Amino acid sequence: MKNGREPVVVGVADAPLEDGKFVTKASVLGHAALVAKAAVEEAGLKLSDVDGLLTAGMWGVPGPGQLATVTLGEYLGIMPIFVDGTNIGGSAFEAHVAHAAMALREGYCEVALIVYSSDQKSLRSRNLGGRPSVLSMQHETPFGMPTPVGGYAMAAQRHMHEYGTTSENLAEIAVATRKWAQLNPEATRRDPLSIDDVLSSTMISEPLHLLDCCLVTDGAGAIVMTTAERAKDLNTRPVAVKGYGEAHTHWAIGEMPDLARLLPAQKAGERAMKMAGVSHSDIDLVEIYDSFTITVLLSLEALGFCKIGEGGDFVSGQRTAPGGAFPMNTSGGGLSALHPGMFGMFLLIEAVRQLRDEAGERQVKGAETALVHGTGGTLSSGATVILQKD
Amino acid sequence: MSTEKPLPVIDHDSTPYWEAARQGRLDIPLCGDCGKHHFYPRSVCPHCHSDNLDFDTVSGRGEVHTFTIARRPAGPAFADDVPYVVALIELEEGPRMMSRIQTGDPEKVHIGAKVEVTFVKANDEVTFPYFKLT
Repeated sequence: MKNGREPVVVGVADAPLEDGKFVTKASVLGHAALVAKAAVEEAGLKLSDVDGLLTAGMWGVPGPGQLATVTLGEYLGIMPIFVDGTNIGGSAFEAHVAHAAMALREGYCEVALIVYSSDQKSLRSRNLGGRPSVLSMQHETPFGMPTPVGGYAMAAQRHMHEYGTTSENLAEIAVATRKWAQLNPEATRRDPLSIDDVLSSTMISEPLHLLDCCLVTDGAGAIVMTTAERAKDLNTRPVAVKGYGEAHTHWAIGEMPDLARLLPAQKAGERAMKMAGVSHSDIDLVEIYDSFTITVLLSLEALGFCKIGEGGDFVSGQRTAPGGAFPMNTSGGGLSALHPGMFGMFLLIEAVRQLRDEAGERQVKGAETALVHGTGGTLSSGATVILQKD
Repeated sequence: MSTEKPLPVIDHDSTPYWEAARQGRLDIPLCGDCGKHHFYPRSVCPHCHSDNLDFDTVSGRGEVHTFTIARRPAGPAFADDVPYVVALIELEEGPRMMSRIQTGDPEKVHIGAKVEVTFVKANDEVTFPYFKLT
């Protein structure tokens, strides 16, 4: 039954990049604040209206980033009464949408702001190596495990072994995603890409090539949510949050229960779709975390768009490219648009723009329902959000 | 960035495991309640959540569950090793553990290949259980 407290997205914003780097001169928190301000203003709100603050990031650690919402709240000069610093990797923002939705339904806050910022490219700080091998990592890092690509490579190897998936299948995803990027003026990589280009790119961690891997860029993004009732007074086109789910299974890849099946995506996806009351045929576009090509393939299967093991066939023949039967990763994704460490924020922003018919040349005509699925860690966590044109 | 290879930061859960490796044994926890082995070593059984655990010397035999050939090193410390094989080994006793396959021919490694533990000394405190094809 509707009571006006149904959660909706009312504002989104992201920072402009050039060659994968921030254009504006600002600190990592400066970029967070600038996109936060842009997103609330797009919604017809002010930063001082924000009473729920959600963030995850990799800045300021060790140090103030350990208490990320606290530090960001301080920078913004606000005193939130609902906070969530859930960090489950790149899927954190899909989980934040879920948590903000629950807080809004409950009346625990009125305006929730979700923010992400990373200047990893400008700082040349993208390096997961060199960290002390503590806790579960003492059993992986010392063996020279390439992080994070090695874990994804092991999953790909296993999927190939069990189901006959090929490197060509994975390359289909990179190529289709690049075609979307070519329609997005903001995307970092827009030069043409062929399956042969992917297969002949440098082998990084077998069976994954360089062009199976996402970009390394800067990036900042923000999402503003409120209730359907509050949105009525705002000068914006609300997008409804109809369903959500989250789950995680492991940190160390050696602990992944089944390396050829993405259980968190299965769990989160089923729950989100059930809550939203939608089936696969209702979904007009999908935004699926593409840290690596294999991430997408495993997600599509686990989310039930095809059977387990049939992901290779599903993406063949450029089915996910512009004009294909299954519009996916329409911004150009982490593979070709941007990937500032935790990409889940940008999946959500793209879905919202598509559902508002603001996606320009890459607009999926008549898109009403979108499924957004984030993956974090090393295939560790998954969080799904179902968004719908209001 | 360090060019020295990372060493495990040994803690109370893992001390008996690393100490056994130093002595040339593969010891992993065995649950006194559910009877299952687990890896990596914990203070509570991840299968049944019992804390009735003891270390048990296992066979050291298993098979390659999955692997990757690192063509690019995991940092400069591993640059001289490239190409090298990092593999997830499924032990005969059930648990999986990450390790390296010691081989002059990485192309020979495949999923399902039978392997056996071999101990490689890093320094006086740390010896790594690697595996070799059998």
